[in-house]
Amino acid sequence: MTMKARLIPCLDVKGGRIVKGINFVDLIDAGDPVKVAQDYDVAGADELCFLDITASSEDRDTIFDVVAKTAECCFVPLTVGGGIRTVNDVRKLLLAGADKVSINTAAVQNPDLIAEAANKFGDQCIVVAIDAKQNEKREQGSSWEVCTHGGRMATGLDVIDFVQKVVTLGAGEILLTSIDRDGTKTGYNIELVRTVADSVRVPVIASGGVGTLDHLVEGIRDGHATAVLAASIFHFDRYKISEAKQYMAKAGIPMRLDGCGDTG
Amino acid sequence: MLVAIIDYGSGNLRSVAKAFGRAANERGVPANIEITNEVRRVRVADRIVLPGVGAYADCRRGLDGVSGMVEALEEIVLKAGKPFLGICVGMQLLSTRGLEKEPTQGLDWIKGDVIRMNPMHEQLKVPQIGWNTLELAESAADHTLFKGIPTGPEGLHAYFLHSYHFNCTDKKNCLATANYGGKITAVVSKNNVFGTQFHPEKSQRLGIEFLANFLEWKP
Repeated sequence: MTMKARLIPCLDVKGGRIVKGINFVDLIDAGDPVKVAQDYDVAGADELCFLDITASSEDRDTIFDVVAKTAECCFVPLTVGGGIRTVNDVRKLLLAGADKVSINTAAVQNPDLIAEAANKFGDQCIVVAIDAKQNEKREQGSSWEVCTHGGRMATGLDVIDFVQKVVTLGAGEILLTSIDRDGTKTGYNIELVRTVADSVRVPVIASGGVGTLDHLVEGIRDGHATAVLAASIFHFDRYKISEAKQYMAKAGIPMRLDGCGDTG
Repeated sequence: MLVAIIDYGSGNLRSVAKAFGRAANERGVPANIEITNEVRRVRVADRIVLPGVGAYADCRRGLDGVSGMVEALEEIVLKAGKPFLGICVGMQLLSTRGLEKEPTQGLDWIKGDVIRMNPMHEQLKVPQIGWNTLELAESAADHTLFKGIPTGPEGLHAYFLHSYHFNCTDKKNCLATANYGGKITAVVSKNNVFGTQFHPEKSQRLGIEFLANFLEWKP
């Protein structure tokens, strides 16, 4: 029994450009998601994740172009999320070259979409992205509440109940982000990750709060996640993907190391 | 060489085509890689590829929706012996029956059902999403498709993304397995027909070598 843990670098994309972490580097080069995806692919990333945060609908088609161009040069799995509302959105992304799609707000507003998309494309390509926020005032269930709109909008839904519901509907994977930790670089909310990972049979990706390589180890070892997602620690080459994977392997996490430094 | 990648509404065609392009280029095989839903193109192809992302029943409907395609495939693959590669659900469709969502008749080229995985270890998640190594059957050790690819626990990894796997009636048709709380079918084969549960087009080095071997394969 071994399952290799996955390390997934994530890029926030807006209007076809990377929007996070471009302030120190030349805007044009650092801002091209296709180019950065290629670098991550060569460095041995186990998957890539694009999160499209484009606000206006007229710019939304840019993500299809980014996905198509990435799929043409990267032979590594690609998950794409952001703004997915309909089965047709899912289909368009899969046809463009995404392997999985991540549904966030629509999973809350229209849970039937999960079942509809899973029936059509299979559970394995439907990821539900859940933003969880601590709420100690909750009287029932866990102390985490599902949020949308980057944590600004509380839904009143209990995270554990909601996770079980979406899995029953057909979600094949959960991308779990702690809104409280996101951007803090203080590490994943391990208690949250572990509680969710232990409550469902599908894989859970830990997200939100990574600042060091130890945080990645903790997400797998202590949080029981099967994959760890990080964005900013890989910007400006602060840490290299291959370095992070080797660090995790040394800490005793089963990792796939054959892609590290491979040019394929 | 014409490589026909069958377009039947399933995703991921572009990645498959590009991976074949890279494989052909690296191995120096002159290949024209074509994504097509035209029976007449598939009929003249030297290599036929059936990719697949989706639920079994939905993919079967998609394939049936391309007029004359199943009949043409049976003629040129089963009767005329053209090398054929099914990928993921494209491989699963070779089975007698798929049990995902709704029981569905497959092409029945290789006997067996496609059943839900149930890994013995409860820490193992379903779907299997991620990278696993391959264990070759004894009969596969010298097979062209695995030439130059390190397999076994220390070998290269292949990318899997699935909840169901092919339970071959005749174990001789299972050429490679992956260990996921028990053996799951990674590769099926019968004569000139080959199928992988994993995605060669997403499996970096292993995948490119495998596709290049398929181009050079003379069953």
